[in-house]
Parts: sequence; structure tokens; C-alpha cells
Amino acid sequence: MTTPALLDIRDLTVEFATRRGTVQAVRSVDLAVAKGQTVGIVGESGSGKSVTSYAVMRILDRAGRIADGSVHFSGIDLRAARERQMRDLRGREISMIFQNPRAALNPIRTVGRQIEDVLREHAQAGSGDARRKAIEALEQVRIARAAERYDAYPFELSGGMCQRIVIALALACRPQLLIADEPTTGLDVTTQKAVMDLVRDLTRERGMATILITHDLGLAAAYCDAVTVMEKGRVVETASAEAIFQRPAHPYTRTLMRATPRPGIGLRDLLPEGSAAPMPPSPDPREILLTVRGLSKVYPAKGGGRLFGRRRDPAGEFRAVDDLSFSVLRGESVGLVGESGCGKSTTSSMVMRLLDASAGSIVFKKVELADVPARDFARHPLRPKIQMVFQDPTDSLNPRWTAARAIADPILRFRTVSGAAAIRSRCEELARQVGLPLDLLDRFPHQLSGGQKARVGIARAIAPGPDLVILDEPTAALDVSVQAVVLNLLADLKRELGMSYLFVSHDLHVVRLLCDRVIVMKGGRIVEEGTAADVLERPEAAYTRELIAAIPHPPARSAA
Amino acid sequence: MLRILVDRLLTTLPALAGVVVVCFLLTRVLPGDTAAYFAGPAATPQAIEQIRKELGLDRPVPEQFGRYVTELARGDLGQSLTTGQPVLADLKSRLPASAELTLFGLVLALVVALPLGILAAVKQGSLADHLCRIVATAGVSLPVFFTGLLLVYLFYFVLGWSPAPLGRLDSFASAPPTLTGFYLLDSLAAGEVETFRSALAQIALPGLTLAIFALAPIARITRASMLAVLGADFVRTARAAGLSGRKVVITYAFRNAVLPVVTTLGMVFSFLLGANVLVEKVFAWPGVGSYAVEALIASDYAPVQGFVLAMAILYIVLNLLIDLAYGLIDPRVGSAAA
Amino acid sequence: MSLAVQPAAAPAPRPPVEASGLRATLSHARHVVGDNPVTGFAFGLLLLLVACAILGPWIAPYDPLASDTSAALAPPSLAHPFGTDQLGRDILSRVIVAARLDLAIAVFSVILVFAAGGLAGVAAGFYGGWTDRIVGRVADTIMAFPLFVLAMGIVAALGNTVTNIVIATAIINFPLYARLARAEAAVRRNAGFVQAARLTGNTDARILLTSILPNIMPLMAVQMSLTMGYAILNAAGLSFIGLGVRPPTPEWGIMVAEGASFIVSGEWWIALFPGLALMLAVFCFNLIGDGLRDIVDPQRRT
Repeated sequence: MTTPALLDIRDLTVEFATRRGTVQAVRSVDLAVAKGQTVGIVGESGSGKSVTSYAVMRILDRAGRIADGSVHFSGIDLRAARERQMRDLRGREISMIFQNPRAALNPIRTVGRQIEDVLREHAQAGSGDARRKAIEALEQVRIARAAERYDAYPFELSGGMCQRIVIALALACRPQLLIADEPTTGLDVTTQKAVMDLVRDLTRERGMATILITHDLGLAAAYCDAVTVMEKGRVVETASAEAIFQRPAHPYTRTLMRATPRPGIGLRDLLPEGSAAPMPPSPDPREILLTVRGLSKVYPAKGGGRLFGRRRDPAGEFRAVDDLSFSVLRGESVGLVGESGCGKSTTSSMVMRLLDASAGSIVFKKVELADVPARDFARHPLRPKIQMVFQDPTDSLNPRWTAARAIADPILRFRTVSGAAAIRSRCEELARQVGLPLDLLDRFPHQLSGGQKARVGIARAIAPGPDLVILDEPTAALDVSVQAVVLNLLADLKRELGMSYLFVSHDLHVVRLLCDRVIVMKGGRIVEEGTAADVLERPEAAYTRELIAAIPHPPARSAA
Repeated sequence: MLRILVDRLLTTLPALAGVVVVCFLLTRVLPGDTAAYFAGPAATPQAIEQIRKELGLDRPVPEQFGRYVTELARGDLGQSLTTGQPVLADLKSRLPASAELTLFGLVLALVVALPLGILAAVKQGSLADHLCRIVATAGVSLPVFFTGLLLVYLFYFVLGWSPAPLGRLDSFASAPPTLTGFYLLDSLAAGEVETFRSALAQIALPGLTLAIFALAPIARITRASMLAVLGADFVRTARAAGLSGRKVVITYAFRNAVLPVVTTLGMVFSFLLGANVLVEKVFAWPGVGSYAVEALIASDYAPVQGFVLAMAILYIVLNLLIDLAYGLIDPRVGSAAA
Repeated sequence: MSLAVQPAAAPAPRPPVEASGLRATLSHARHVVGDNPVTGFAFGLLLLLVACAILGPWIAPYDPLASDTSAALAPPSLAHPFGTDQLGRDILSRVIVAARLDLAIAVFSVILVFAAGGLAGVAAGFYGGWTDRIVGRVADTIMAFPLFVLAMGIVAALGNTVTNIVIATAIINFPLYARLARAEAAVRRNAGFVQAARLTGNTDARILLTSILPNIMPLMAVQMSLTMGYAILNAAGLSFIGLGVRPPTPEWGIMVAEGASFIVSGEWWIALFPGLALMLAVFCFNLIGDGLRDIVDPQRRT
């Protein structure tokens, strides 16, 4: 790079003082950002990507300190700068936007006032024109009726709108560098696209430099000029976005890149090369296992409904799921896809018999289940046959039970095996099936990693020998490399045990990898249904097309 | 705003109903013969029978309850055997003394506890932080009547700085003309500096006693909620936007942190109204608390029951005010999404 | 507390040495006590209090009820380290012997309210609906009173006995327990592991026993320790104004009350020593409560 760097980080090391001694969260990191350039920092949790940016802003919490290295911004030594000088830089020269936009705004101050605070602090506005300038800032992030929004409190706005406000706040003083720390995590994919496009357009317009911190390699590749990959506090590779995808040099980058779900690949392609046997072809499903007809869930109107801009009839009731019909064949995987609030989780809870339906029928193995109240279903003979893998592996394990106890619970309740020794050996068999090392069986959840907890949850779900397993975003809380392994495990288990899956997810790519058929939901209804390949490659409904278009498209790999 | 006010008023109704029912039960569950209790220890059987009729204790319970409520509505809380006055009149005349003492103590506590809590949270591990921890832990451990006695010993007996712990004014001063019933305010309003000085000298120790008592929970919650808010995402945003430390701590952090503090004030009032009874006994303060204690010792139950009911109603009103104050600070209250 | 998310500093899975839950808790407890000598001090104090409560009559140097008018109002001396009261009774002996009654009142009231409030709260949080409404209404009604005032009213109505002090103290603490248990149960009612327990065929009752209660117990234990102090204060306050315990029974609150009238004439020791005992006992339980909270719930440190 010939232009002098706007931000120049050399050999940066950040330490945290913890109870177990000093931990180096960032080690000898080098990073340069040129004027107008967009640089992505990509890494999984614990890679030190956020800490690096906090160190640049000098907003590390009190336990953390910059131990070594230098940070220069426009020639100013940020490590040596006085706090007063830093305060002038923050917000005016370097700005930052954060994950979870709603929490990033002061809940009891109107959004307009919050923008005004920043403008006034940096003497960009006086008492006379602050309001006007704040409204201008809102207009620039394309907020309609900005003058009205000025008086809104964050809780009155949607997550995507809050993120626009945060962006307005960050860009109000026209800084030269914007640091975006996981700016779209937790937002729906269509909102993510809108927010990212806005950031890209605004920063381009103003010739600003941007650092995009994300766990999503696809997102970084779609929006960045250069990408820096971090692992365990170190930079493992820096290259142009195109090069990272087409010629990843470092083995970690290759693993990460391969693990990122993308069009045109199979499940096995997610795993490191040559590490798994090829996937045998799926058996051809024939027999119907589950039939859902006219399923609805209606909640009586009472506050809260305003949160969902959803169809409500004059009586004010809220139809979370509206007249839904579909079926699942034996040995088949069906994906239930949609954005938050589309009713996919409500649907799975009803099929799971944790929630009573308002109307409709659920026929499972030729038995009508909708008549059995959810609270009595625990003792129903078909209870063991429908099981579930939960979204958050931590939350789904009783903190006071060991892994073995958690896996044994269904065995004990359904009395599939009896006798302590037999139960133990069954637990070990299950642990082997899900690839959980046997010596971890006696550990408590807090002593296990996220991936290990996910395996315990899967072992528990398959323990009673279910015919249908509902997977509720089973990998949403996991890093991509772990996700790749877990998805493959699920596919293998399905084939081995002849189960069917109902896979609930917001991520079309992940669904396509695991599922034979896909159902796209919106507003409690099905908008499209078909084979995974058809829905993804030849979507018919406009909404499906919008969803697919919103997924960040990394530069395609020519060879794949 | 008016709608919120009406809403809040309506939400106090169940609490009020609960309080009336409990007070009714307390008057009826007296073990043994309620009429005998009310008649006092020296009453003849005829007198007891007379009182039984008067109180309607020979009637079925629902009718008794109806009668109890009607009497309450008329403001009839019965007669005090000790003073010979209607309980309501007694309570009315003594309430300002208690209210003045409680508010004095509370204001004193707030003035010290809020800055201490903020300072402790902003400068973790500093002297203020340690002081705050000590105050918070030691303060809740001190029996309020014991603190009062220690202060009396120190400031009256040893140092001689403070007048004898006997009432609201020393025996030479006369009460200022009644305006609010608060001697401190009334004496100032009337321009009687000497009376003001006397009233202040008298209220200093009991007020300090209550303040020490209320200090601990307020400082503790202020520190804790400041810490929580300082760690919140929006404070990080404010810092990252380069706002000054003062702006961040006061406008962003403290205004949010004050919400739990306001909520805690309800609990603090509950403690203060109870502690008031003990402090009034120690300092011979002529308030409703010492009135109730005197009646209790004389087995004169109507004043005690009247006192319990009056305090409960007062407490409900205070909680209502706290709720309204909360609504003024927090825009999320009263909106459908909250 | 933390301004920056610190992924790298997140606690790594513990080494397998700490595999057993009990052992892990114990070692953590040792760590906390070692880390925080104040908690260690509090445990020492607790042992002393319990020893006084159990062995009181045998270790007291004098008969706590024996009066000796010739030695009345004697200041602390070698013979009477805490001095004597207006009847010449030895204050040290009375303070020691009183420990049993004061602790007994607190312990029984806490056990009572733990059982009643804890169960009611867990049921309310877990089942919701009517159970929740009734428990909530009862708790709200109690909370509508200033608590000490309500305790006064209850003891005045039920009769002036120690048992009624225990009952009154339990009643005014009911909302605290019911609300804590309710909140914790309600949070866990929809937790993944409770849903999972439903799927594995557990009945509601079993879920309550195996999944909800064990996870709430530690917090309830902290609550018990903290309310022990409050119960002691409350009982002492009641006896200070002449409710419950009657003279000449040795009890800290009533002893302070007896000494109160002598404070203005300078006989400080009569009220001071029972008052100090009271303060130390409450202090001790509060410190232990804080220490337990650190063990149970390190995030909630304040």
C-alpha cells in the first residue's frame, strides 16, 4: 500500500488482569487502514477482534491495558495521548457502532437529544442549531419523518431503526474512521443487508475508512476491501477479500472459509479437506410420519402486539401461526425458515407438544396429538418419539447435572433400560454416537465447551429413540467451525438412526445443507414450499427472493 | 399524564382493600375476649358486655366488617383509654412530629448516600468505595435504638453538645404558630430564630439516628446500580462518542441508575416508618410512634390498631408518590410496550 | 463493570480435577474464604454465637437472674467484665445466656418463612395463573404495610408471647421469600433444560423437584442468611418497645431497653454490651450472607 495509513497498529498486545493471572487477549497484532478503505477483522469468539478495537478507542475496561505496541491515527500516538485528547478524537475522528443497538442507546433519553449531545460535545452545533443538525443526521441515515423520530425513545423503535440511530450518532461529526463491531448480529438478514448497505454508502460518500468486526466471513468478504483473520489473539492472515476466499493461505483461514455455509456446496465441504467420508445418498422417503393441518395459534390482544407489525384483526387478537399445513415423511428433513416473529418457533413448540394449538390437527404416526393437552403429553406413549435439540446449548442443560445425568434422564423416565450399569453403558454408547469423549461424561455444563454441550443436548434428544427430532436453531449460538461439525454430526445420525428432522432456522444456507425440503414462513403463514434446491435456486415468492438476496454474497470461488 | 395518575390511583385500591381487611382481622383475632381487651384491665363484666354490644361483637362477622368499614369511612378509629380522646384526633395532632423527623432523617441520608454511592462506583477501589462498603454493611447491622442511645451518650452525656433527649423543643421554648406542623419550617416562617435553633438542636440526634439507618440501603443500591449502568452498552456508546466524563456519569449513567434507587425508596420508607417508632421511644419524641408504644404498654388497643392502619395508608400514599416520580423519570412507564 | 467485552478472558472450562460438584463448591468456598478474610472472621463469630446459644447457661460466670442489690450499677470490673445492672445482675452472664433466645427466635422464624414463602413462591412462579395471583396478592398486602409496624400490630393482636414474635417475623419476611422464589422459578420455567425435562417425560412435580428447586436453593440460602440478621433486629426491636419477651428474661433488645434510661445519667454499660452483642450477631449474618452470595453467584457481587 503506497498511501500512508490512516490507522496504523503495530505489534499491539492487550492484557487483562483476571483471577487466574494475566491473560493476553491480543498478541502482537499489526493492522493498517488506509483513508477510505474498508477493512474486515474476522474471527470466532475469543479471537480478540473486539478487544483490538476497544484498545484503539482506549475504552478497555479497567482490568485491561495495552501492554505493548503502538497505535497511530493520522500521525497521533493514541497510546500516549492524554484522556482529554482521546475524548476529542472519539466521536469526531473515530466513531464506533456496536452489536445490540437497542442496548447501545440511553433508554431514557430521546434519540434526538443523544445525537445532540455528541454534536455539542464536539462543538459541531450550538444551542440554536443543535436540533436542526440532529434531524439532519437522522435524515442522512434515511430515517423517514426524521423530525418526528427526534422525540422517540429507543424502546419505541425497532432493532434495525435503533441501529440506524447508532450510525447517525457515530457519523454525526463526520469522523474519518468508523469501527463497526458486529453491527448486525442479532438482526434479521433483510435488516442486516439494509444496515450494511447504508454503512457502505455513507462511508463511501464521505470517503471514510471503516473497520468491520465480524464473525461472519461472508459478510466481511461482501463488504470489505481487505480482510484480517484473527485467531486466539493473533492475526493469522491479512489479504484482499477476494484473495482470502480464493487463495486462503493460512490453515485456520481455510478451515474458517470452508466452514462458512455458501451456495453450491454440500455438508461435507464444510469440514477440513479429507477429514470425513463422503456423504452416502439419502434413502428415498415414502411413508408419512407427521401431518399438520390447519394449525393456528392465536393470542388474545394485550399490549406487546405493537412490537410486531403484524396483521391483527379488528378484535385485536394476534395470530402467531395462521392456518398452517405441511407434512414430514419418514427419514426426511424439513426446514422451517423465516425471520424473527414469523411463527416458526411457535409452530415447532406446538408440534413438540409443549404448547397447545388454538386450532388444527397434528397427526403423528397416525395418532391425532392436537387433542392431547400439552401438560398431559409428558405421560403419552408417543412422548419419546418426538424429541428436540435446543437453540442455546448452555440454557438447555440443568446446571446441577453432569453430562451423564442429563443424557440418562430420558432413559430413566421412559425406562428403556434399567439398572445402573446398563444405563451407564447406554449413556456411553450415546456419547460415542455423538462424538463426546467419555471422560467428559462426569463434567458439569460449565466445564464443557459450547460444542461439547451441543453434543450432550443431541445425545439426550436421541436417547429415547425418537422418530422425529425438532432442531431449533441448534447451531445459532456456535462458532462456524463448530457449526460445521455439528451439522455433519446431525446428518450422519439421521441416516444412521432413520429419524426425521424438522429444522427451524433463520439461515437459508444452513437449512439447504441439511434439509431435503424447505418451508418459508412469514407472518405465521407459509409463503413458499419446495425442495431445498428449488427454493434456493428458483425461488417463486418475492419474499423468498428478498431473503436470498439479503444473504451476504462472498466473491464466488471459481473452482467450486 | 392524567391517565397515568388515574391508573396508578386505581392500582392502589387492591392494596388499600388488603390493608383494611388485615386491620379488621387484627382487631378480631385478639385471643380471648376482644371486648375485654377493649374495655381495659379494670372493667367490670357489665362494662365488658356493654362494650361487646357497642362494638357489635355479638353480630356475624360480615356484618361486623361492614360496620368496621363504615366507621373507618367516617374516620372513627375508636377512643383511646389513656388520653380519652378519639384516636383519629390524637394521630392527627401527633403525625406532623413523626413526619418531620422521618423526612429530616431521609433527606440527611440522601444527601450523604447518593454522592457516596456514585463516587464509590465511579472510582472503584478508592477510599470512597471502601467507605461505602463499610457504611453499607455496618449500617444495616446497627439496631436503630442502639445507635440512638450511643449518640445520646456521646453528644449529650460526654460532650454536652446536645440537649436532653426529651421531645421536639427544650422546655423554655414554645411551639411556633402552626402552619405545616413542622417546627423547623413553621419557626422559620414566623421568623422565630430562637425556636428554630431549639427545634434543630432537638431533631439533630434523632434525625441523625434515622439517617444512619437509612444511609446503608440507599448507598448500597446507588453503588450497585451505578456499577451496573456504567457497564451498560449505552455508556460504552457515550464514551466511544467522546462525551465528557461528567456528561457520561451524570446525564447518561446516573439518570438511569436513579431508577432502582427510587424503587428502593419504597423499602427505605417501610424501614423508616418502623424505625421511627423505636427512635421516638428513645428520644421521647411526641409522634405517633411513641403514642402507639405508650398505648401498647397500657394495653390500650384502639390506638395501636389506629396507628397500624394510619401507617399503612400513609405508606400506600408514599408508594404512590414514588411510582409517579418513577413515571416522570422513565419514559417507558405507561407505554403499552413497557 | 466491564466496558469492553473480553472474550479471551472468559473463564475457560475448568480442569478435570474439579470434576465433582461438591468438591468444586468446597474448593471454591475455601477460595472465597481465603480470598476474603472478612468472611472467615464472620464464620468465627458465628461459631462463638452458636457456642453461647448452646452452652450459655454453663459458660456464664453468674446466674443471669440472680440480683445482688449491693453490687447494683457497678461499672465493668474484673469480677463483672460487663458491669452489673440496676438490680446487680451480671451483664456478661445475661448477654451470653440471651444468645439462645435471640438466635432461636431468628432461626425458627426464618425456617418458617423459608418453608412457607419459598414453596408458595416456587409454586407461583412455576404454575403461574391463579396460584401466582393469590400468592402475589398476599405478598402485596403484606408489603403494603411498613413491616415493623405490621409486626407490632400482629403481636399486639395475637398476644404478647415469644411464639407470636416468631410468627410475626416470619409473616413480614414472607413477601421477600415468595418474590425471590417466584422470580427465580419463573425465569427457569421456560429455560431450555426445563423444556428438555418435559420432553423426556418428566411430570411437573418431578421437574419442580429435580430441575427448579435445586437451582434455586443456593440463592434461598443466601436469602436466609441475610434475613437472619433482619429477624434478630426485628425481634429485638419488638422487645425494646415491650412486646414479646418480658423481664427478667435475658434478651438483648429488652436489656438495651432497660439500660436506655441509665444512658442519660452515664451508666453506659447496661445498654452498650447487649447492644454490641446484637450488632455483632446481625453483622455476622450479613457478612456470611454476602460471602455465600459470592460463592453462589459471583456475578452479583456488589
